[in-house]
Amino acid sequence: MSTTTYRAYAHPLWRRLLLTREAAVIALVVLVSMWAYSNVPYFGDTLTLTYLLLDTTTILLIALPMTLVVITGEIDLSVASVVGLSSATMGLLHEHGVGMALACVVALLVGVVCGALNGFLVGYVGLPSLAVTIGTLALYRGVAVGLLGTTAVTDFPKDWTSKASQVIGSSGIPSVMIVFAVLAVVFILLLHFTPFGRGVYDIGLSSEAATFSGVSAKRTKLVLFVLTGVVSALAGIYFTLRYGSARGDNATGLELQVIAAVLLGGVSIFGGRGRLPGVIAGVLLIGVISSALRLQGVTVNVISIIIGLLLVLSVISTPVLARLSDAAARRSRAKRSSAGPQTVVSQ
Amino acid sequence: MRTISRRTAVIGAAALTIALAVTGCSKASTGGSPSESGTGDGGSKNLNVVFIPKNLGNPYFDASDAGGKTAVGELGGKYSQVGPQAASPDAQVQYINTAAQQHASAIVISANDPKAIGDALTQAKQSGTKVVTFDSDTDPQYRDVFVNQASPEGIAKAQVDGIAKQIGDSGEIAILSAAANATNQNAWIALMKKDLAADHPNIKLVDTVYGNDDDQTSFDKTAALLQTHPNLKGIISPTTVGIAAAARYLSTSDKKGKVALTGLGTPNQMREYVKDGTVKEFYLWNPTDLGYLAAYAAAALVDGTITGKEGDSFKAGKLGDYKVGANGEVLLGDPTAFNSSNIDQFNF
Repeated sequence: MSTTTYRAYAHPLWRRLLLTREAAVIALVVLVSMWAYSNVPYFGDTLTLTYLLLDTTTILLIALPMTLVVITGEIDLSVASVVGLSSATMGLLHEHGVGMALACVVALLVGVVCGALNGFLVGYVGLPSLAVTIGTLALYRGVAVGLLGTTAVTDFPKDWTSKASQVIGSSGIPSVMIVFAVLAVVFILLLHFTPFGRGVYDIGLSSEAATFSGVSAKRTKLVLFVLTGVVSALAGIYFTLRYGSARGDNATGLELQVIAAVLLGGVSIFGGRGRLPGVIAGVLLIGVISSALRLQGVTVNVISIIIGLLLVLSVISTPVLARLSDAAARRSRAKRSSAGPQTVVSQ
Repeated sequence: MRTISRRTAVIGAAALTIALAVTGCSKASTGGSPSESGTGDGGSKNLNVVFIPKNLGNPYFDASDAGGKTAVGELGGKYSQVGPQAASPDAQVQYINTAAQQHASAIVISANDPKAIGDALTQAKQSGTKVVTFDSDTDPQYRDVFVNQASPEGIAKAQVDGIAKQIGDSGEIAILSAAANATNQNAWIALMKKDLAADHPNIKLVDTVYGNDDDQTSFDKTAALLQTHPNLKGIISPTTVGIAAAARYLSTSDKKGKVALTGLGTPNQMREYVKDGTVKEFYLWNPTDLGYLAAYAAAALVDGTITGKEGDSFKAGKLGDYKVGANGEVLLGDPTAFNSSNIDQFNF
């Protein structure tokens, strides 16, 4: 795994950027959009763009920190439950006359606490994140549903709820995209341009090696889970305002959609590989496909099948491409009498 | 690695070229405007009704939407059924938005949340789509008409008359309800007490117990009822969970056939108990008729026969004439009685 990663750096930058999995996903988003634009009735409306972005915002937001978590080789399955808990918290506080701004802050703090518990158990206690977050998935959801019972709080002030689906001018782009764009830039900088981000990859490639080179895997994981918790809580606030409804069962099952998008975007479930632009393209790809198929009148189970197949194919493509590439490398080595430096490493 | 990179480079370049070409093409074809060609088929006056159940693959909604399909077919319109896999409001919003964008003439929906789908429905109405709710309503301002399956009075009366018929209009009866604080259950029980006092003075309601809509609790409460009240002649259970659990208990006890059981149940749950003689008759609205009526209400809104205000009236095919009541509600009518003669015609 590690050899492949470093070997890739033997190519010039432009080629590395153009030939990655994320470039393929981005190209696919463009192609599918173009196809839908000229073939699917109403897909060309600005409304399509508005709805598509409004519907995928929750997934887009959570996918940002989730990408970092998965690159370290961990996973967070509790995100949708944190969305529900943040939503229920907001609802409960609003019902008891707490101001909206304060309710949002408390909801975010709930996200911090949820994330910190996950991060502590995974990072410091050393438990497997899959087991921990399956547990907290049930735990946080249970608390969320317990807080509000079967009731929904719906009387949020109109000036708050309308902001959630507001559009920038006549562009059709929802204002909430600004929040996402800012966070996306922050996370891209964090992952791809800081020592912390390099540490994230190091942990994913080899936790031991990372520790020896001075990266604290414990602290990094705690930070990442807290980030995931707080961004999920933010997504919960958005979700609550967008639908004007706080319920404990909000966003049930969303965690799998987030993880599907992250994997589709080229992040390896084993950690160490993947880039944020690919993940953002992965979320959009699923959004564009669902939106176009819905407009074509395709039923939900067929949409599920198509997205499922796409995901399986994308996961299959990685080892297949790696094998092809190794075979090709061996052939080219055999042809050349003197080997280049990049052929020294091989599997 | 090198050669594969070159190959991928070629593929990548090809993909980009195609992407650019397609961009160019569709830019050119924007002159022909895809949105215009879109409105071409949506702008016509054809009836196009979209059914959005709470979730797909639910036998209850398969039955109701089948009624809708029949009705839309009778009217010569286009019927479609779309919806989420899980019964969540946010997933319904996507289908409402899509139907609105397609300029569907009407949406017929069973709401997963009375408020959360409100904005989407309002936008749909603004773009000219009529909105009918059925089975489960939204807040009244979000829809044009709500097709209500049954009135509380009708539900209470059907069950009281049913038990009276089965026990010869005299003797002790009990009620097996859901949760003690369930609003609809308590409203029905209050109305049943009123009916009993007014029309059936010889029937005595001796006990009301609560099974919490839990199968085992309902089962145990039935057993306890029969023990504490040895002279009990009948049980009413106005909840589908309760009636099925009570029937399961009765079917294996020596009271089978001696203690009458009725209430609200679904044919699929109750079929075996009707066939083995434990239960003579039970009640529920007919979801197929509900969907049928909802589709006719949608069509009447589309062609302007009704606007949703109180007093409007329209014709609903084989079901006859209907009037819009207060709050834009259309009432399907009395519950349907299910017994050995008709139960096999239903599958929900």
